[in-house]
Amino acid sequence: MRRTLATLPILVALVFGGFFLWGLNPDRDPNAIPSVLISQPAPDFDLPAVEGAGVPGLARSDLATNQAPVVVNVFASWCVPCRAEHAVLTRMVERNQVRLFGINYKDKPEDARRWLEDLGNPYERIGSDLNGRAGIEWGISGVPETFIVDGDGTVLYRYVGPIVGTEAEGKFTAALAQARASSGAGT
Amino acid sequence: MIPEIGQFALALALSIALVQSVLPMLGAARGDILWMQSARTSSVAQLIFIGIAFAALMRSFVVSDFTVANVVENSHSLKPMLFKIAGTWGSHEGSLLLWVLILAAFGAGVALFGSNIPDALKARTLSVQAWISTGFLSFLLLTSNPFERVFPPPLDGNDLNPLLQDVGLAMHPPLLYFGYVGFSIVFSFAVAALIEGRVDAAWARWVRPWTLAAWMSLTAGIALGSWWAYYELGWGGWWFWDPVENVSFMPWLLGTALLHSAIVTEKRDAFKSWTILLAILTFSLSLLGTFIVRSGLLTSVHAFAVDPERGLYILGLLGISIGGSLALFAWRAPSMEGGGLFAPISREGGLLVNNLLLVTAAGTVLVGTLYPLFMEALANEKISVGPPYFNVSFIPMMLPLVLVMGIGPFLSWKRADLKGIFQRLRFVALLAGLVGLAVWYMFKGGPALAYIAVAIAAWLLLATLREWAGRIRLFDAQFPESLRRARNLPRASHGMTLAHAGLAVAIFGFVGSSAWKSEEIVFVRPGDEIAIAGFDVRFDGVERVRGPNYIADRGTLTVSRNGDPVTTLFPERRSYPVAQSTTTESAIRSTLAGDLYASLSAPASDAAADQGAWTLRILYEPLVNLIWIGAAMLVLGGGLSLSDRRLRVGAPRRSARAAVQVTPAE
Repeated sequence: MRRTLATLPILVALVFGGFFLWGLNPDRDPNAIPSVLISQPAPDFDLPAVEGAGVPGLARSDLATNQAPVVVNVFASWCVPCRAEHAVLTRMVERNQVRLFGINYKDKPEDARRWLEDLGNPYERIGSDLNGRAGIEWGISGVPETFIVDGDGTVLYRYVGPIVGTEAEGKFTAALAQARASSGAGT
Repeated sequence: MIPEIGQFALALALSIALVQSVLPMLGAARGDILWMQSARTSSVAQLIFIGIAFAALMRSFVVSDFTVANVVENSHSLKPMLFKIAGTWGSHEGSLLLWVLILAAFGAGVALFGSNIPDALKARTLSVQAWISTGFLSFLLLTSNPFERVFPPPLDGNDLNPLLQDVGLAMHPPLLYFGYVGFSIVFSFAVAALIEGRVDAAWARWVRPWTLAAWMSLTAGIALGSWWAYYELGWGGWWFWDPVENVSFMPWLLGTALLHSAIVTEKRDAFKSWTILLAILTFSLSLLGTFIVRSGLLTSVHAFAVDPERGLYILGLLGISIGGSLALFAWRAPSMEGGGLFAPISREGGLLVNNLLLVTAAGTVLVGTLYPLFMEALANEKISVGPPYFNVSFIPMMLPLVLVMGIGPFLSWKRADLKGIFQRLRFVALLAGLVGLAVWYMFKGGPALAYIAVAIAAWLLLATLREWAGRIRLFDAQFPESLRRARNLPRASHGMTLAHAGLAVAIFGFVGSSAWKSEEIVFVRPGDEIAIAGFDVRFDGVERVRGPNYIADRGTLTVSRNGDPVTTLFPERRSYPVAQSTTTESAIRSTLAGDLYASLSAPASDAAADQGAWTLRILYEPLVNLIWIGAAMLVLGGGLSLSDRRLRVGAPRRSARAAVQVTPAE
């Protein structure tokens, strides 16, 4: 009896240890919050173009009639990580033939224009979300955020934060490939 | 050059720790006195070398040496000097260095001041301490080198998280670590006793001062941390049951249990294996805290950068230390019981109830903290466990504990006369009930539990004072006689009275600030007035001011009561351009009766900002300062007890023990 009792603490400790080992799995992100938008149609929004950017504005209708999944990136010229992410997105557009749409979040058109002139414009369309209304509709928690939207306008995936670095790029590319595969199988 | 010296000193400390892990232990087994005594030198040498490393890192921060990666990431040349120094322990690497420094300090403390401890036990204890030291020094050197250089060095640093630029917080980690890590030496004593296979009253007495010192620091550290959260984070609360708070609270609960069970082991030679188990578990939970904070296992507002590899290393260390010690416990503990028998109603019985409740409470907190992890592992469900769980499960356990606490000190060892005690406490019980009723009559609002809690806290306070008064025969005898008795009472006894009363005072604070708090969140334009808890608050607008490394929007609030001016509050929102973050500096008018607390939030929208409209949060928290006053009393009570002559003189050999027990303190 006494021996059993004395053994109890170590047994409990071992069980806890097992859970901890599981919890350290590098693929697990305790901060990840499933987006309410996933598998839902993209929210209704209609944004004007950024003046002088040379590409048209963005609305929900532009997302509903595509052949393949597209990427919607929320960015701003005042956001430093966006600058880092910009290069990654540009490369993705050049290599993978991703169709990239932008939502320019709470940004003055002239700032956005200068930013695009400096860095180049990988976006096919950019909606100017001056008052952040569309940002609220999309439920973003900050910039940058990136969504993968299926050809019919269903949101498939959400990435919070800049897609910069091997791990983040790998995750995003995997999600994109998966989205393409499932959308190909569906049609 | 200096950072390299620091790194070299760490490597030397590691090699010394390796030697200390083996030599004194072998010496104790072979009876070789020289080998055993080598622990003394090596403990001190470890402290010196880790001290050199720490000083080297601190110097890099003070002179803003941006060739050191850690300085770049956590400092900035414009930062005030105090926070440059605090930056030393503001990062994962630096705080771990502080961790091992304190570990070494406790080892050296036992080596230098533990002259009354038998050589073999001391040698084994210090060897075990060196095992822990080896584990964490290698962790530091292999995965988290604080002296890593960068090339080319950047022009300036990235700044320390501005939330952490606060005096309370600068002091919070050192104190908390002192408590956390202080329990390491108690753990080492326990493991040494298990290896030796002998635990007796003398052992308990050697361990007690170290337990007390660690417990005091932990209490102070937790109180400071909650004080910081209260006035810095701008949430207007002092405890959030956040995982990181919980992991510091669990060792405190177990440490408190240990403090009390060690008394039984010391006085009655009972509860031996239980005391040992508590010593092991207390430090295990401290280690668990280190692990949770640094592995990204759970989400929290103040976790360090997530790195699974580091997490794996610490988990390995945890496995070896906790697993090893508990296995040793399972093997050795069954053979060492005995000691005094006692009736259920006795001092021992009371302390047993205390221990069971404290340990159960710690278990409740542990389960609540880790429950999200369990759920995710077993059911793949993401949940968070919040204050409702803890309030429902924790508080009902604490109230009976506090009830028993009132009676405990009256109980005599072996067998107590409960009827006699109740007779002495009749008036106390009556008075406590009246206090509860009076408070109910005054407020009438709030949950019923609040009135019960107030009555129970009053019960504890009055019963504690009654016990103290009884000991010095206050009112029964002439006043000079009472004074003489008070002077002759052991300091440990005064310490207990002060600490128990401190808890009662803190409970008044807990209850007052949670049950009768008033809160207003309003959208204000200059000139608007808000009425809260009898105060009238006028918003006079916001102006922009400049600090050393931040820019702030400072609001002006004029507070009056019934037309008489009371004070002016200046809540601020600071933005730190370098670190790219903003913090809320709440403004507080603090009195014993309660705090009026104002914090400013960003304008509701751009259009609103143009009109000078802001979101203002005003809170009135009654009695909240009693929490920190109570905590200070707990720490002072611990200090009084620590300064008791019996502990300073140390435990004599067992045969002589009886003679010393009545030695008056001068």
